[in-house]
Amino acid sequence: MKIKLLFLLSIMTSVIFLSGCEPLLVFDPKGPQAERQASDIILSIGIMSVIVIVVMVILAYILIKYRASNQPDNYEPPHIEGNHLVEAICVGIPVLIVAYLSLVSVQSNYIVESAPVGYEEQEPLVVYASSSDWKWHFSYPEQGIETVNYLYVPTDRPLEFKLYSYGPITSFWIPQLGGQKYAMSDMVTTLHLAADEPGEMLGRNANFSGKGFAENTFNVTAMSQADFDDWVKEVHETAEPLTETEFQELLEPGHLGQMTYTGTHLEFSPAPEHNHSTTNESEVEYTDHSSHDQNQTNEENEHSAH
Amino acid sequence: MEFFQRFAIPHPSPAIYASMVAIALVSIGIVVGLTYFKKWGYLWREWLTTVDHKKIGIMYLLSALLMLFRGGADAIMMRAQLATPDAKLLDAQHYNEIFTTHGVVMILFMAMPFIFAFFNLIVPLQIGARDVAFPRLNALSFWLFFVGAMLFNISFVIGGSPDAGWTSYFPLAGNDFSTSVGTNYYMLAIQISGIGSLMTGINFCTTIIKMRAPGMTLMKMPMFTWSAFIANIIVVFAFPVLTVALIMGTADRLFGANFFTTSNGGMDMLWANFFWVWGHPEVYILILPAFGLYSEIISTFSGRNLFGYRAMVWSMILISLLSFLVWTHHFFTMGQGALTNSIFSITTMAIAVPTGVKIFNWLFTMWKGKIRFTTPMLYSIGFIPLFTIGGATGVMLGMSAADYQYHNTMFLVAHFHNTIIPGVVFAMLAGLTYYWPKFFGFMLNEKIGKLTFWLLTIGFVLAFFPMYLSGLDGQARRMYTYSEATGFGPLNMLSFVGAALMALAFLAIVYNIYYSYKNSPRNIGSDPWDARSLEWATHTPIPEYNFARLPQVSSSQAFWDAKKKGHELFKGEIKDIHMPNNSGVPFVMSCIFFVAGFSFVFALWVPAVIALIGVFVCMALRSFEQDHGYHIHAKEVKETEAKYGKVLNNEDRSRATSRV
Repeated sequence: MKIKLLFLLSIMTSVIFLSGCEPLLVFDPKGPQAERQASDIILSIGIMSVIVIVVMVILAYILIKYRASNQPDNYEPPHIEGNHLVEAICVGIPVLIVAYLSLVSVQSNYIVESAPVGYEEQEPLVVYASSSDWKWHFSYPEQGIETVNYLYVPTDRPLEFKLYSYGPITSFWIPQLGGQKYAMSDMVTTLHLAADEPGEMLGRNANFSGKGFAENTFNVTAMSQADFDDWVKEVHETAEPLTETEFQELLEPGHLGQMTYTGTHLEFSPAPEHNHSTTNESEVEYTDHSSHDQNQTNEENEHSAH
Repeated sequence: MEFFQRFAIPHPSPAIYASMVAIALVSIGIVVGLTYFKKWGYLWREWLTTVDHKKIGIMYLLSALLMLFRGGADAIMMRAQLATPDAKLLDAQHYNEIFTTHGVVMILFMAMPFIFAFFNLIVPLQIGARDVAFPRLNALSFWLFFVGAMLFNISFVIGGSPDAGWTSYFPLAGNDFSTSVGTNYYMLAIQISGIGSLMTGINFCTTIIKMRAPGMTLMKMPMFTWSAFIANIIVVFAFPVLTVALIMGTADRLFGANFFTTSNGGMDMLWANFFWVWGHPEVYILILPAFGLYSEIISTFSGRNLFGYRAMVWSMILISLLSFLVWTHHFFTMGQGALTNSIFSITTMAIAVPTGVKIFNWLFTMWKGKIRFTTPMLYSIGFIPLFTIGGATGVMLGMSAADYQYHNTMFLVAHFHNTIIPGVVFAMLAGLTYYWPKFFGFMLNEKIGKLTFWLLTIGFVLAFFPMYLSGLDGQARRMYTYSEATGFGPLNMLSFVGAALMALAFLAIVYNIYYSYKNSPRNIGSDPWDARSLEWATHTPIPEYNFARLPQVSSSQAFWDAKKKGHELFKGEIKDIHMPNNSGVPFVMSCIFFVAGFSFVFALWVPAVIALIGVFVCMALRSFEQDHGYHIHAKEVKETEAKYGKVLNNEDRSRATSRV
């Protein structure tokens, strides 16, 4: 048993050394949401380690003390039905721990599901992030631009991602800004993030979506608001507008490099945001786009489902 | 020509062709061998038509071991592909098919039959019964499972394997994105074996409720029987959900029904909900019987009764209820909002409490005991810290806001292997070693057994602990490759080394069986471990009728009390024993199911309809059949009993056990 413990420890340490000096992505947060998640993770690792260690110590003690070779041949173990005090402790302490972790978990749920802490007052930058096999399309309606496979975001401004998919379920994940959320083809989900400092980050689809899944990544660059504005201006000066034919070609399965367009696909291929309160509106939406044959069938069916 | 094209593999590779040749050679070898040794009649009479729970259990065991190697080969290929960055061993499509197959085979065609093997082998003996409640249905359950498994296993040589993950989320698993027949195989193979599982559930619930020995109240049932009882109740409630989901999925793929395909008003997350409403209880169907086995083994080798019996039972009941209330934690990231996530986060973490109770009860069962470090006990001891770590990471995953960072990463892969391998696989191997002498009449070699345990444990730690780190470093699960720049390389190499050690351990098990078959002594008596419950009270090898006289029970460890306190287990006269007749119908009917399943996979409607008619004909025949079973007469029973030598009295028993 001792050997095994030593062994476990040596593995853990060697693994930490092997993984280099850079912190693991999740423990290197660049925004308030990821920070909250990292602190939850560290808290739970701490509490859980205590439990694991307690169990291991009790186990080691019992195994050493009550091993058969340590006892006289005629030793007869007693018949013990149970012990109310011991059992109360074994139920009570886990209940307290779970209750505490539940409390933290519920708080965190509300925090990560709303505008990031410290950014509540500001108007968020809305980015529509949609996936197709196997790439990401980022539409900036406010700026009137669209990119493929890369994302520029301003620091110190809340980000509101509207996620959906043109195919299988994918999951939008930028580990250093915050945990992931699904992008699905029949609804839009919202993810609130914010970046505290400029820098390059990794983003990827985390949900298996077929052959090209492994390379289904995108680059994220956080920069100051001024740099971001410059970039937007530059795009408007240099990039071509996104046409519907071109967008349909982009949706074809395959990998693409980074691309930049002016205008967004939302104008001719809107996100599947259903407005259940007013049926009229969605009908208007539907007639608006009746000229687009391919989308028409899709939309028609989507609306009939509701 | 088009007819044959449908059966071609869409993405062939040399490895697949080699497997095809190997399968063909092995099949020819089996047929030739059976003919040469004139064993066809024996095979038919003793195995294919048997309704004896012990033989069915052994067939489950063999199938499970076979599938363990099938799934293990897949695992090794995956780890080899990921061992180095940018490896070219497998392409993306092949990798996707392999991890899908690995998941399905390991859960449904390895772990499930493994626990069903123990249900069949142990439960009737532990409750002092002569068979299960519906012996013929039991045979049908086994054969349905078996043909389901075979149907799934031929997918990679005929038409292509499923490639949408073992969860087969739609719309990825729909026709638009998964164009080969692979997912058809998935739907139909699981459907056929799932019907078998559901019938097993009904059968064992009935057996345990109706067929306990005189005096065995519910609270005097041995712990493994309790765990089997609760697991089978979960089977009865969970499997119908899977059945319905698979019917809807099959309809989507074969008839364009659009339940789950989003292009026509279907709901993709509906599949995910159905799948996990079955899938989460499923993991408790696997783990609870494992807990039951550990309870038996720890109690036996500590020389002590189980600490907190009542708490153990109630914790299992609580776990079974909670298992149905947590399925949403498999997709906290679906965007259902903070309130829903909070509710499922709390129910998920709540499971840690009853599970913790069990861990502490096992610890206190060893307290003041006399612990013998046998192979089954080593597995049980190794299980405790490893499973505690797995459970602790489960609580971490249950914190839904933090789960946004773990979801779909290697962290999750590490967690569930950390619960399933020490939890279920260790328990199955412990149970295999523990019960082997009862069913085969000789003990497995302890030295090789202990070596196996250490190889497996070290391999397991090396293979799966690095994944916690690579997951937190952003490695998503199911990626078939990664670039060197990600820095995942060293951790994955470590995993590969661990996986290789685990493979060695599994080979050592086979070697152990071979070695012990050759070398182990055969005169081990009926109770080689000095055990405590009724399954050890009958002879070895076990007579067809299990017990000549039904035991009289007054505690949960009736056999122990008989040995130590001189309780008399077997009272009264030996009488005629009623036994069920063998039947070939379950086997034949399952073969017809296979034809039906295969025809559905390829949408061959004529044979499909004919086969379905065949199934109904089998059922109709059964309903008109007069089958009252037969009697083994008292005289014959007495003769058989006499052949086992003198019926052992208590002193003889303790002398027999002191050799160990």
